[in-house]
Amino acid sequence: MSGSRITTAHRGLRQPNRRELMTALAYSALGLGGLALSPVLSGAALAQTPDRIVAAGGVITEVIYALGLQDRVVGVDSTSQFPPEALKQKANVGYVRALSAEGVLSLKPSLIMLIDGAGPPDAVSLLTESGVKIARISDGPTPEGVTAKIAAIGAAIGAAAPAERLAAQTKARFDELATLRSGIARKKRILFLLSLQNGRALVGGRNSSADGIITLAGGINVADAIEGYKPITDEAIAAAAPDMVLMMRNSSAHNITPDELFAMPAFSQTPAAAGKRLVHMDGLYLLGFGPRTPMAARDLMAAIYPEAAIPPLKTAAAP
Amino acid sequence: MTLAAPSPTMAATSLTTLIASRRRSGLLAVAGLTLACLLLTVVAIGQGAIAIAPGRVAEILMARLTGDTSLLDGRDVLVVLNIRLPRVLLGLLVGAALAVSGALMQGLFRNPLADPGLVGVSSGAGLAAATTIVLGDRFLAGTMMKLPFAALPIGAFCGGLITTLALYLISTRGGRTSVATMLLAGVALGAMAGALTGLLSFISDDRQLRDLTFWSLGSLGGASWTKLSVVAPIVLPLLLLMPLLARGLNGLMLGEAEAYHLGIPVQRIKALAILLVALAVGASVASAGMVGFVGIVVPHLIRLSVGPDHRLLLPLSALGGAMLLVGADIVARLIVVPAELPIGIVTATIGAPFFLWLLLRRTNLIDV
Repeated sequence: MSGSRITTAHRGLRQPNRRELMTALAYSALGLGGLALSPVLSGAALAQTPDRIVAAGGVITEVIYALGLQDRVVGVDSTSQFPPEALKQKANVGYVRALSAEGVLSLKPSLIMLIDGAGPPDAVSLLTESGVKIARISDGPTPEGVTAKIAAIGAAIGAAAPAERLAAQTKARFDELATLRSGIARKKRILFLLSLQNGRALVGGRNSSADGIITLAGGINVADAIEGYKPITDEAIAAAAPDMVLMMRNSSAHNITPDELFAMPAFSQTPAAAGKRLVHMDGLYLLGFGPRTPMAARDLMAAIYPEAAIPPLKTAAAP
Repeated sequence: MTLAAPSPTMAATSLTTLIASRRRSGLLAVAGLTLACLLLTVVAIGQGAIAIAPGRVAEILMARLTGDTSLLDGRDVLVVLNIRLPRVLLGLLVGAALAVSGALMQGLFRNPLADPGLVGVSSGAGLAAATTIVLGDRFLAGTMMKLPFAALPIGAFCGGLITTLALYLISTRGGRTSVATMLLAGVALGAMAGALTGLLSFISDDRQLRDLTFWSLGSLGGASWTKLSVVAPIVLPLLLLMPLLARGLNGLMLGEAEAYHLGIPVQRIKALAILLVALAVGASVASAGMVGFVGIVVPHLIRLSVGPDHRLLLPLSALGGAMLLVGADIVARLIVVPAELPIGIVTATIGAPFFLWLLLRRTNLIDV
């Protein structure tokens, strides 16, 4: 059922939901008439390899797509932004921390995959009670964490061998990245700017995913005195003296230009202002910590050290 | 001087007929709303992300009642008995509790803007919930985190009770509670709790921040029999004891001194009402998060329709609140399937325009 829908239409799975909803609403208005809605749950097929997967966690979706097994996925959560077709083709079960037990079960899943922190706990316990197989995937923003989660996801969906290959490939890419990193003589100081709402800077501090990727790219996070994503004062920005400012690219709205940014008093006195060094990168690519992370870190490294002519990862080309 | 004044006996007769007719229409309203509430409950149990035929739903419910286990097999049984039924029952309880608490508070404070939050339960519970969400991982690592379900509701419930107790002690001198002091102190404590909650959201990471946001919008998701069995005994006293408070609150409408001279035990009424509201709202907030709007709008809707007599206002508010919440929950569950919308968004989107329409429809302005 899901397979044919994917091949025929891109927005396939959302449509019937709406239709069902309209029927349901019309139905309750009638106050429970005699008609029956589409009969479901009649003998849910429980094959050995799970063929109706609900993926709650963007990185889980990304890995399943990378393994080419997306036909087995029936639902993804709203953080599953990569690849972009995931949310178009699959039912959206909502935000990963606010799942609805009945909503997830309505997709008749044979496997529910939950990233660290998926919830709320009550919904998870109801899902456990339902008897559907549940796989929990841990989520670490480190090279080891990435390879471990790829292997764990593969094992859960009965694709251990291809997942091990992807994990090994990813590890090789991280290793090559480490070699590139060791060639850097003087590490540059990077400020990750999450947003600049109303001129107020929100930056990525220690233990943030931005901190992780900056370190992987061979930079120094200048905001490591604060924890997580926090607002920072203008003076602290000036004192941090970043060599480069890193931001996420926003595809739907205006991206701040170097001229605009470095005209601001907080940024005008930093070393970054001299060369107008502001770099925009895709947020998910940069901070997703999935199979694409080594390439993202290499791209960031090339952006931080343009003079070093950082080569593309040789291992990236491998199929 | 040709026109004779109406004789006192005539006035008395028309007054008694008026009261009698009000009474009749009131009883009619109670019966009507009870029926509507039952119907809505049936619809709510029948609807959800998973389509289950009404016949099958009835079959499951009957099988459960008669103990016939042969029919109780399959995932739809779990959905009806363990997901929908406790959820609808929790919605009925929480909705009724919030609306009755709102009506009690408006009567007690003689203020149309009073809502359950006024006795500090919501702000205290909110602060406690924020503390559990943000600092829970760090400080409750040992015993409590084995019960991640329990930490937040217990924290929220205790936080609400402690705040109400503090507020009561602040505004009580020599055995008399001043509602004005309580109102003002409640504003101050609310601001303090708000500041601390703000501080917690400042130090939270983005996941915790999202948890806070979702919690503050409320949800009946994750209702379970365990949750229900804890919440029901705390909320039911309010619903069962409200007839005891109705006459006293009617007297209080005249003013505190007047009520006292009518022989109404004013202080006892206040203490009982505050205690029951604190318990019921604490348990509601702990189990369903912050569901705004029900407590303030439902009692006003009822007052606009049947008048301010608390003997009718309280039970009708209970029914109205239960209906609003269960109805809103149907929408919350169905509008973005398989995800669900926080219920606070729905109660306000449904309730606010309806309330405005009711205000505009009236020819005269409201002065409470």
